[in-house]
Parts: sequence; structure tokens; C-alpha cells
Amino acid sequence: MAAPFLSIQHVKKSFGDNTVVQDFNLDVEPGEFVSFLGPSGCGKTTVLRMVAGFEEPTAGKIFIAGKDVTNLKPNQRNIGMVFQAYALFPNLTVAQNIAFGLKVAGASKADQDKRVAEMLNIIKLPQLGDRYPYQLSGGQQQRVALARALAPSPKLLLLDEPLSALDAKVRVSLRDEIRSIQKRLGITTIFVTHDQEEALSISDRIVVMYGGVAEQVATPFEIYNRPSTKFVANFVGTLNVLEGTVVDPALGKVRVNNDEIAVKHSLNGAKRGDAVSLALRPEAMALGDYSGHDTELHGKITDVHFLGSVIRVRVNLGAETIALDTFNNSRTPPPTIGDSTKVTFASNDVLVLH
Amino acid sequence: MRKGGAWWAWLTFAIGATYFLVPLIATLEFSMRQRNNPVFSLFGQGYSFGVFNNVFGDPRFQQTFTYSVLAAIFTILLGVLIVVPTAYWVRLRMPYLRPVIEFVTLLPLVIPAIVIVFGYIRMYGSNSMLPFLGTTGGTNVLLVIGYAVLSLPYMYRAVDTGLRTVDVPTLTEAAQILGAGWTTIIARVILPNVLIAVLSGAFLTFAIVIGEFTMASLLNRPAFGPYMQNLGANRAYEPAALAIIAFALTWGCMAMIQFLSRYAPRSANRPN
Repeated sequence: MAAPFLSIQHVKKSFGDNTVVQDFNLDVEPGEFVSFLGPSGCGKTTVLRMVAGFEEPTAGKIFIAGKDVTNLKPNQRNIGMVFQAYALFPNLTVAQNIAFGLKVAGASKADQDKRVAEMLNIIKLPQLGDRYPYQLSGGQQQRVALARALAPSPKLLLLDEPLSALDAKVRVSLRDEIRSIQKRLGITTIFVTHDQEEALSISDRIVVMYGGVAEQVATPFEIYNRPSTKFVANFVGTLNVLEGTVVDPALGKVRVNNDEIAVKHSLNGAKRGDAVSLALRPEAMALGDYSGHDTELHGKITDVHFLGSVIRVRVNLGAETIALDTFNNSRTPPPTIGDSTKVTFASNDVLVLH
Repeated sequence: MRKGGAWWAWLTFAIGATYFLVPLIATLEFSMRQRNNPVFSLFGQGYSFGVFNNVFGDPRFQQTFTYSVLAAIFTILLGVLIVVPTAYWVRLRMPYLRPVIEFVTLLPLVIPAIVIVFGYIRMYGSNSMLPFLGTTGGTNVLLVIGYAVLSLPYMYRAVDTGLRTVDVPTLTEAAQILGAGWTTIIARVILPNVLIAVLSGAFLTFAIVIGEFTMASLLNRPAFGPYMQNLGANRAYEPAALAIIAFALTWGCMAMIQFLSRYAPRSANRPN
């Protein structure tokens, strides 16, 4: 395994009595794309700003390429950063914006021009070099901001919610473009977002943060399918939480309403009669029998939402109502509200929340 | 309703314009009454531009006007050097100090120039620790400093208003992360984006310095203000002509501010 390119060690940040980041640890491999995901105020931007050098950690160390940068100023760290508010210099043209870092570094005019042309091609805006920022759309401005950040060939790229100010369509296309450019250049990248879909779609790994703490650091697949805490399970994707009572801890048997189900995951030392929270993703369940589904619950359909490719059905199990997704099939009519139904799923898909 | 509103607006404008223009026209009319070689006559009264020729041809006019223009240029430079970094830093790092800074910059409007200049004479006399008044050059420097103080309320407000249109913290961080130091950030990022505001402040400063009398007179410097006063005490028509020239200069400055502000959108940060 390669040495970590970015290493954040036991970093803590307090503003007065308010601790916003607590004992944060993370190693990022060279060329890796890591997303910080979490709700507002969880500390994700503060960690990013500490890596950039805009905030000084109250405790802990930050290393980039093996060098301790904890006390270095932002302009000494060789980092590229894209801001949520674009932050293009309004008095400079697109080309001058992209060349800014190179000019500051003392690159020759010929080198600046060459690099600017290269970057304009990478962001697919070769014809807009002479425009001013106010003459560009939001998406174009953010692409220019990306080009400006990458032009001086930084060691690390930081993206602070770069897509938040854009409309939905541009957000998706720019997201894919950012990932493709990042892969092509192989630059180690930290991406801050509160949008789980964004994080899941482009990251190599995701750090889910809550209350200044990294709740889970894992691949998008693991974060979604094997959330390690109740917060991660609830925050990432839609989740049905079922409250049950342990019947047989050895066999993983839990009673949920009037049904008994077997859970494959560990019950974390719960004893007979203990309450336990189980969770299921809507897409892990089906109405009626389904291949590979070995567990069933019974209830009544209370709501049907047609969402295009997917139909979301709500089923009342007695004390709880769960939501499940079925694919839309034009040859089959959607389920009917009020019908009694059997909900099936694989016992392996039942998550035990900590 | 709408038409009635427009009528009232025009009436108000006409009253205001009359209030300002009648004394000016009267002054202009009086200044042109000099009877030598009238160029044209109106209602039996002969008029000429001779008085303006006298004023512009007077070597003391040229000397004092040049002196005041130079003093204004140095005052503007000093004002920009003091105000831009201060307003920038207050906006970036010490927003809690804004009320204090605003109060300080308003003081020159409250404290009369004569009080300030007497303070200077006591503080910087030839026997003091900083004997600015011991030499002509030192007195000139002190005068420029005094002018910078007098123009502080206008310069600070103009720059601060300009900074309000720019996302100062984010642009600063964007420049910092690209490797820029503080001098580069102020010179290449902040100043160009508040240039129109700085120019507004500069023209206001110019207008103040050109007509300033108290400081220049008490520091005994050959500035335009004392020259105007001196001329007013000894001549009849020339002071009226000078008043018109001074107004033309001030209005010219205002027109320049208006003209330059048309170019503001090019450099202003527009939210998407």
C-alpha cells in the first residue's frame, strides 16, 4: 500500500468553547477522490479549510506528501481550491483568471499562454478566454474556477461544495466532468458536499461526518450497504427503521410486530427481550415472493407514489409503516391502496443499527 | 396618478435647479460685466470674457493652482494608501471594528479644520519632536497629511461602499490559495475591483483640496484657496470668475465620477 498523500492526524478545531471538529483522522492515497459528506455544521468545511490553511487546527497535524504543513500559510501549500461561490476575479478575463496562479509563481508569458490554452481545452471552453466572469453562466464560471485551480499543477485539489449553486442538470454534467478531469490528471482530491448522491456517484471513498466526528470512512458501496452507525444509515439514502425485540440472540431471531425474522448480521451482544433497531433499504424489499428473498413481513398498502421508473409503495405493518421501491413495468398495473400484502426481503439485507 | 407623480417630480426638480442655478448665473453675469471691450450685450449691458483672461493669465493663479493640484494628487495617493488597506482589513478580519473606524473617519466632519491645524502647529512646531513646520518641505508634507484627514470621510465611505460589492473574503482566499501574498492580493485583486469607488473618493478629495482655505492659509502655503480669498478681498469681478471656475472644476469632478461609474459593471462582481 502506497504512503498516504494527505494525512490528517488527530486534528481538532475549536472556536472558543465550541468544538467543531474532534480528533479527526484521515489518510488519503495519491490520486484518490475522497468526499466529506454530512449535514450543515458537521465540520466538513472546517476540516477542508484546515487542509487549505485558512483555519489553524487547535490540535493535531496535517501532512501533504510527507511534509508537515500544519503551520504553513495557504499560499505556501501548493493546493488548488474551487469555492462554492466561484470566486473568479471579476476584473480579469477568463484567461487572466486561469493564468493568475502561474503569474504569481513567476511563469513566463509563453508558459502562461500555453497552460491557459491547455486548461481551456480541458474544460471545453477554448473560445471563452477573452470573456469576463459576468459574461458566463454559473456552470461555465465553475469550470473556469476548476481550470484556474488546476493551472499551477497543485499537489492537492480541494472542492468546497462546487456544485451547490448550480441547477440540477448542470450539476450532474459538471460532476461527471470534474471526476473525469480528476481521473485524467490523477490529482488527489477532497470534495465537500452535503448531497449524498453527489458523494456516492463520484467518490473513491466517503467520509460521513456528524457533530465534528468522522462517523464512517468507506467506499460508497460500503457506506450505502453497510452503514456502521445509525446516523450514516439514516443520512445516506432512504431507510426504513424497524423496532424489534430479540427472541433468540444465537440464531439472530427478532420479532417485528407479529412476524419473526432472522437477522444475519451480529446483534451486538443483545440478549433475549432486548429492543433492537433494524433497517432496510426500500430497494431491498419486494411485494410478494422474489428470488433470494427468505424473509417476509405482512401488512396493508397505504400509499402508492408513481416516480417514473420506480414506484414507491408504503406498507403499514401495524406499529410501523415502511417504504419500498418496485420497478415500473408498463404491463403490470401498480399496486392498489388498501390491499393486504406480503413484503419479502433477504435476511442478509437487514442492517442492525448501532 | 402616474402623470401627476411625474409632474410633481419635474416641479421639485425645477425648484431645486433654480435654487442652485440662479446664484451661479448671477455670479457669472456679474463676473462678465467688466466693461473693457464687451463681446456682446444683453438688455443694454455689455459683457466680456476679459475677467477670465485676467484670471487665467495671472501668474499667481497658475502657481497656486499648480500647487493645489499637486497637493491634491499627493493627498489622493496618501488617502488610497491609508484607506484601501484599512477598509479591506476591517472588512476581512475585523468587522467588529467597523463602527469605531466609521466614527474615526467621521471626526473631520465634526472637528473644524481650524482646530486640526492649530493642533498641528502646536504638535509639529520647529521645537517639537517632529518639527514638520521647521522646513518648507515638512510643511508641505503636513499640509498633505491634513488634507488626507479632511478627505477621510469621503474616501473611506467611497472605498467601503466599493468593497461591499465584492466578496472580499472569498476572493482573498481564492488569491491566497493560488500563491498570492497580501501585496499582490490588494494590488491585483482588491484595488482593481474597487477602482471606480477609489476614483470617486479621489475626485471628491480633489474638489476638497482645490478649494481648501483654512489649513493652507494657517500653514502659510501658496495654495489656491488662500489665493481666491486674497483676490476676493482686493478685486471686484475676478472673485466671481474664480467662483465660477471653482464650481466648474468641482462639477467636472462629479461628472468624471458619473462617467467612470458607467464602467463599473465590467469589474463588479455580479451574483449569478
